[in-house]
Amino acid sequence: MNEAMITTPTSWADWILILPVVLPLMGAALMLALRAIRGTQAPVAFLVTLAVLVFDIALFLRVLETGPIAMTMGRWLPPFGISFTADLLGAGLAAISALVTLVILVVLGAEPRRHAGRDSLYPLVLMLLCGVSGAFLTGDLFNLYVWFEVMLIASFGLMAITGTPLVLDGTIKYGFINFLATSLFLAALGLAYGLLGTLNMADMAILAGDANPAAMGVIAALLLLAFGIKAAAFPVNAWLPASYHTPPAVISALMGALLTKVGVYALLRTLITMFPDARALLDPVIVTAAIATLLLSPLGAIAETNLRRAIGFLVMGGIGACLAGLALPSVDGLAGTSFYLGHAMVTMTALYLLAGFVEKVTGETDSRAMGGVYGAQSWLSILFFVVMLAAAGVPPFLGFWPKLMLVEAGFDLSGFFDGAPGYEAVPLLLVGAIILNAWLTLIAGTRLWAHIFLRPGREGALSEQPNDRLVRLGRREALIGLGSTGLLVGGIVIAGLLPDFAIGAARIAATDLLDPARYLAAVGLGGGQ
Amino acid sequence: MDVAIALLVGAFMTLGIFLMLSRSVIRMLLGLALLGNGINLLIFVSGRLSREAPPIVPPGAYVPEGAIANPLPQALILTAIVIGFAMFAYLLILGMRAYQSLDADHTDTMRLAEPEDGPRPPLSY
Repeated sequence: MNEAMITTPTSWADWILILPVVLPLMGAALMLALRAIRGTQAPVAFLVTLAVLVFDIALFLRVLETGPIAMTMGRWLPPFGISFTADLLGAGLAAISALVTLVILVVLGAEPRRHAGRDSLYPLVLMLLCGVSGAFLTGDLFNLYVWFEVMLIASFGLMAITGTPLVLDGTIKYGFINFLATSLFLAALGLAYGLLGTLNMADMAILAGDANPAAMGVIAALLLLAFGIKAAAFPVNAWLPASYHTPPAVISALMGALLTKVGVYALLRTLITMFPDARALLDPVIVTAAIATLLLSPLGAIAETNLRRAIGFLVMGGIGACLAGLALPSVDGLAGTSFYLGHAMVTMTALYLLAGFVEKVTGETDSRAMGGVYGAQSWLSILFFVVMLAAAGVPPFLGFWPKLMLVEAGFDLSGFFDGAPGYEAVPLLLVGAIILNAWLTLIAGTRLWAHIFLRPGREGALSEQPNDRLVRLGRREALIGLGSTGLLVGGIVIAGLLPDFAIGAARIAATDLLDPARYLAAVGLGGGQ
Repeated sequence: MDVAIALLVGAFMTLGIFLMLSRSVIRMLLGLALLGNGINLLIFVSGRLSREAPPIVPPGAYVPEGAIANPLPQALILTAIVIGFAMFAYLLILGMRAYQSLDADHTDTMRLAEPEDGPRPPLSY
């Protein structure tokens, strides 16, 4: 019995590992049961998310102190039971996603009008958080697929919740391509199971080294395609600007913050930790996708007039930076990607939320018809400007540090400055693309700012006339909604001014990604048992 | 047997991809369903097909006697079928709603979110 099963009960402290998944799941069920009692859903959702955030932070601090921790379900010893495994990257991203969801719930609660379908709105938000936390914390490939589907069905519901023709159009494009992506992931997973005979991520990482490299290459290519669609990497990114601007702005914020980032996380977990040899085979593809995503996305943002569609293009530009780190597999490069993931989550949430306020103030979605907001809402203008600088990566702000780490990794890997003759050109190309991306993002952001805030009126003959269509935000919305977004932006500024902790944590996360010895030992499979 | 199922997987995937390349929403959905079934069969065959006994542990023993069939792929497929069915049902309803309110089941005529003649980029600044 002792050889196949865990006989000692799990200590209570270890349950913290699954609470970020269990709490939103139970909270969503509770809220569906309480839906007839008006006014209960928002507070319950807020409390549950707050609890998830507290447990996520505790989990993060514990992982920071002791290294990765794991818990295996159903008393079966790994690799037979389904493992939940938290390393620093997963725990950190889970904590940031809970934080972002909390801010979004506050903004949602401060909205004056009831959204259509509000009975299911809060449960779906919690289900999305449940799927995202599960994806970040699971240690089993099939379980990852299940969390992806939980996330997908919740996001389907959230996206289509208003049911307007515009939203239905966006959801069809979003739904089909994302369902296809998870199906491809399932195919890759089935092939990997056939080849390795296991689905536990740690066990797969151990066995993958001895497997047929050509077959592993096929599996890695399928995974790259599936998660590339999820992450919206060029050339499989057309669904994102077709869909993310259609739902209400708070829901755009939730999706833009969480969904694509989970795709990048899954790429890091599978291609760096589990199948590093197969990743090396795919290097040219990753480099091409990264450079194309980095350069084309901000160009799309410059050409776009719909405000939230333009922000969608900026979300994709961030994904390009993350992919650049995937193509620079050193500690610096992966630390840059890990840091960038966290940065992109908070920054894109803030950007979408502020865009939502801009749309409310101007009553428009197209930046050509906006103008004069600076005079009416100076705080909104300042916050938007700061977030744009953070997204572009202007030095004292948050986006600068991960990009700096990526550039450093590119120079290190190219060997351009080490004095020895000869150098690798590909890392230098990536460095160039990252810098060009930052420049183009800055152009796109400042142009949007100039059009929406600085210009007195709408585009065309009226541009010098004051915009007379501006609406004032309600008191509650300005105070609580804009206030909580302002707190988030304040957090972004402070984190940008004091980046030491985040850089240190990202480095530890990257070290564990590159050398999974601590990860394997936590699951109980390392050390050649 | 493995080869026959593998060929069947190939046929399902080919048909699925062919249907997904269509621009009609219902055909794309049928294509996705076929592809999903092909993938389920792929998992089934990657767990190795064998004519062994069901995986039942006799009372008092810790391991079953003799060779047994691999039960794990069946559990995986069952999960995947349930999820795939839910997604299929959702997308079917979505397609129907889109047909009712957009009057379109052809993706070329669904251009609300991305207008066909999009506005030119702003020229000022």
